[in-house]
Amino acid sequence: MNRTFKFLIPLVLFFIAVGFLFKGLYLDPHEVPSPLVGKPAPMFQAPVLSDASKTFNSADMKGQVWLLNVWASWCGACREEHPVLMAMAKSDQIATYGLDYKDIDQEAQAVLDANGNPYKTIATDANGKIGIDYGVYGVPETYVIDKAGVIRYKQIGPITEEVLINKIVPLLKELQR
Amino acid sequence: MKKLLIIFLLISNFAFAGEAKPLGDDPALELRLKTLSQDLRCLVCQNTTLADSSAPLAEDLRQEIRKLMREGKSDQEVIDYLVARYGDFVLYKPPVNESTALLWFGPFLLLIIGGFVLFRVLKKHAGNEDIQAEDV
Amino acid sequence: MIPEIGQFSLILAFCFAIVQGTLPLVGVWKNNTALSNLAVPAARTQFAFVAIAFICLDYSFYANDFSVLYVASNSNSHLPLAYRLAALWGGHEGSMILWVSILALWTMAVTLFAKSLPETFRIRLISVMGMVSIGFLAFIIFTSNPFERLIPAALDGRDLNPLLQDPGMVFHPPVLYMGYVGFSVAFAFAIAALLDGRLDITWARWTRPWTTVAWVFLTLGIAFGSKWAYYELGWGGWWFWDAVENASFMPWLVGTALIHSLAVTEKRDAFKVWTVLLSICAFSLSLLGTFLVRSGVLTSVHAFATDPRRGVFILMYLVVVIGGALILFAWRAPKVGLGEKFDVVSRESMLLTNNVVLVAAAGSVLLGTMYPLLMDALGAGKISVGPPYFDAVFVAIMAPGLFLMGLGPLAKWKKASLPEIGMRLRVAAIISLVSALLVPLLMGKLTLMTAIGVFLGIWVASTTIILLVNRIKTRKMATPDLVENLKGIPLAFYGMLLAHLGIGVFILGVTLVKGYESEQDLRMDKNDVAKIGSLEFHFDGTQEIAGPNYMSTEGTFTVTSNGKQVAILQPEKRFYPVQGSVMTEAAIQPGVIKDMYVSLGEPLENGAWSVRIYIKPFVQWIWAGAILMALGGILALTDKRYRILNKKAAKEAQDALEAFEA
Repeated sequence: MNRTFKFLIPLVLFFIAVGFLFKGLYLDPHEVPSPLVGKPAPMFQAPVLSDASKTFNSADMKGQVWLLNVWASWCGACREEHPVLMAMAKSDQIATYGLDYKDIDQEAQAVLDANGNPYKTIATDANGKIGIDYGVYGVPETYVIDKAGVIRYKQIGPITEEVLINKIVPLLKELQR
Repeated sequence: MKKLLIIFLLISNFAFAGEAKPLGDDPALELRLKTLSQDLRCLVCQNTTLADSSAPLAEDLRQEIRKLMREGKSDQEVIDYLVARYGDFVLYKPPVNESTALLWFGPFLLLIIGGFVLFRVLKKHAGNEDIQAEDV
Repeated sequence: MIPEIGQFSLILAFCFAIVQGTLPLVGVWKNNTALSNLAVPAARTQFAFVAIAFICLDYSFYANDFSVLYVASNSNSHLPLAYRLAALWGGHEGSMILWVSILALWTMAVTLFAKSLPETFRIRLISVMGMVSIGFLAFIIFTSNPFERLIPAALDGRDLNPLLQDPGMVFHPPVLYMGYVGFSVAFAFAIAALLDGRLDITWARWTRPWTTVAWVFLTLGIAFGSKWAYYELGWGGWWFWDAVENASFMPWLVGTALIHSLAVTEKRDAFKVWTVLLSICAFSLSLLGTFLVRSGVLTSVHAFATDPRRGVFILMYLVVVIGGALILFAWRAPKVGLGEKFDVVSRESMLLTNNVVLVAAAGSVLLGTMYPLLMDALGAGKISVGPPYFDAVFVAIMAPGLFLMGLGPLAKWKKASLPEIGMRLRVAAIISLVSALLVPLLMGKLTLMTAIGVFLGIWVASTTIILLVNRIKTRKMATPDLVENLKGIPLAFYGMLLAHLGIGVFILGVTLVKGYESEQDLRMDKNDVAKIGSLEFHFDGTQEIAGPNYMSTEGTFTVTSNGKQVAILQPEKRFYPVQGSVMTEAAIQPGVIKDMYVSLGEPLENGAWSVRIYIKPFVQWIWAGAILMALGGILALTDKRYRILNKKAAKEAQDALEAFEA
């Protein structure tokens, strides 16, 4: 009877493969997770949107928990996310800072004027260099950064209500302590 | 006379036709960029190499790589730079570590084990009469 | 009206497939001839209804019926006729119709040509194929209906992807599917044999021609796909180890192993269990490939629009078909006998070593394709596995197998002597080693990889020629006349020679093009000349042309060598207004020694263009090799043994072959 078991090997291997394929149906092969989670957020200084005199310095953010939302006026999915960002801003518990990625100042400003400004401040990244340092590959992307300046979470794609309630808010609560 | 005519034609030809210039200022750098980026994956058009992709991010990253190369960084340093920001996903050649050991060595293991099993079975098969598959 | 007829036909085909796939098996089991006799008529009726559905769908494309959603999504009134008809398989739903149509075609062929099989075996065969049809027809009807209406109808369609508007689209998918789907016959043979409990030499002899035909189609289908990518995509690549390419390559590797394994089983009635397992695996890989392309599990250029619901359906179907087959295998295989003996060193054992290599190679392709998914599913991170992996691992595994190709055919059946084989191969070894050094140096640069590649290519080719010379010499005594001698050699032998020669040619093509191709990225103004080697490319300028459904900027390049004109190349930059896409049409001057390949990049100031010029040495040898392989397979098929008009003729032919090969 021992000998018959070797004939079952193909079947067993097949079912293992099926298990992986089944799991694979619920994964997204396109999503690129960030290697920066758990690492210090790259430092940068950038001009502030529509205010040439001011500069945003990420080093100033040490000591507080904040969100860096990468967006652009030409990005359709960013509009989807906008109402959620506005709600977050209204709550006054969440500090969201914007990074305007590969955009034109006037066009970005126009979008904010039309739909509202959920950001405390917006830094501009006209040539995309800051985006590269943050591993940005498709806007919108959002980073949750803690008091020590370490990236704790990256949201790829728009922030939905579901993500906000289930992932971001609990994480922020934990980081605020 | 004929010779003069030929010389005249050759010279006038040179006056009109220019030689094609290589794109990019530094052909050696461009070649190095091409060779390196052919083994890198574009993150936007994920089915093309970083060398061939026309996505804006790919353009930006190629520019970035040129900058790093001009600064004197080695190929490995460029790769490390990209992996630090985008992870192993950007490499078409997977790294060799504990997680990928099965990937790199599995097929050879399969070959060796297969060969070994075949050898054993052949030896038995050559010797014995009338055995059932079960007994092997 | 027509789409509704098509839809209804599909449902009827489904009903007949259910009859075909279940009742006859019960009939054979319970000895009920009324039920078992249903097999052939049910199969033929299923074929008829599938054909009607196919025709209805293609008619909708022909007539520009944009009230059919699928037609509106994949066609356009300005699309040339050939592409309108081929657009049927341009999207997921239509490609599934192609799948079931070709499956029905193969089933029909089995009902017509497998007359020399015992009745019960044939009925089981048809029934098993019916089971496969049930799943696919159900999948189409319940999740991927191409006849869905679009109300209100679109004014015009969204057009076929311009990349697909090419003759390649007309040939590559159908030919590929003929091979891909054709392995279902070998699969059915294996299942029928397991159900029967009878596995002997005759089983192998019946299975071989069907498997070879499928293999020939698959070889050609993959070659067409590669050639198409080469001239269509604009940067001269011909293989990318993309998930979908791998999905067609794995069945090919296992199918090749199967053809060789069948030779052992037919000769010695041995290793039947292994042959049956390979038959199951080949088709299972075809099914797996079908799943991978449509489920969204992997990223691929070829991937159709994805939907997890479809993915789950196919996966469940895979579990039923492959799982069922493997359960049957585990249950029945142990009872199969081991067959006649042969030595550890013999042609049989060499053929089986070939199997080990091919299966390990297929394993490397499977592992590389699935590994990113594996790691992601285990939460171990996200990686990419691309050409650098496959080129290294696959080639490393195949290399020893390719070397063995020289030894195997020379080995005697049952018991062979390695020293004797070595003696015969001296000449080939010397020629190969010398070539391995000379050819790369002649080409300009000697590297380890090119030397190994040239060695293996020349080795395979020269050992094949030695085989022929050997045969002629052995037969000289009995048949002194050379022509009579050659005529007396079975076609199957010539087939093997041609196919193996094809492999050698293929290896040389791959080695030389990869080792010595050159690429130049240039900026060219009008009248500029690019000098590459002894060739001069003169940029004559561009002109605007209008095509049937596109606007094109066509550049003209006159190529001269030492003053003499050798080619005029006209690459294009095409704009397709319906989808708003820009396509690069490269211009290629093919040749035996090299291809010249020019493509336009971007327009620069003052009428200048960025231009890419490639010189690709021996690239055509890649597809020439594949065609030789396919021809070899076809030749082997025409061998007397398989034209079994009656059992007596078959026995005579078999005896003659055995006398020849002894």
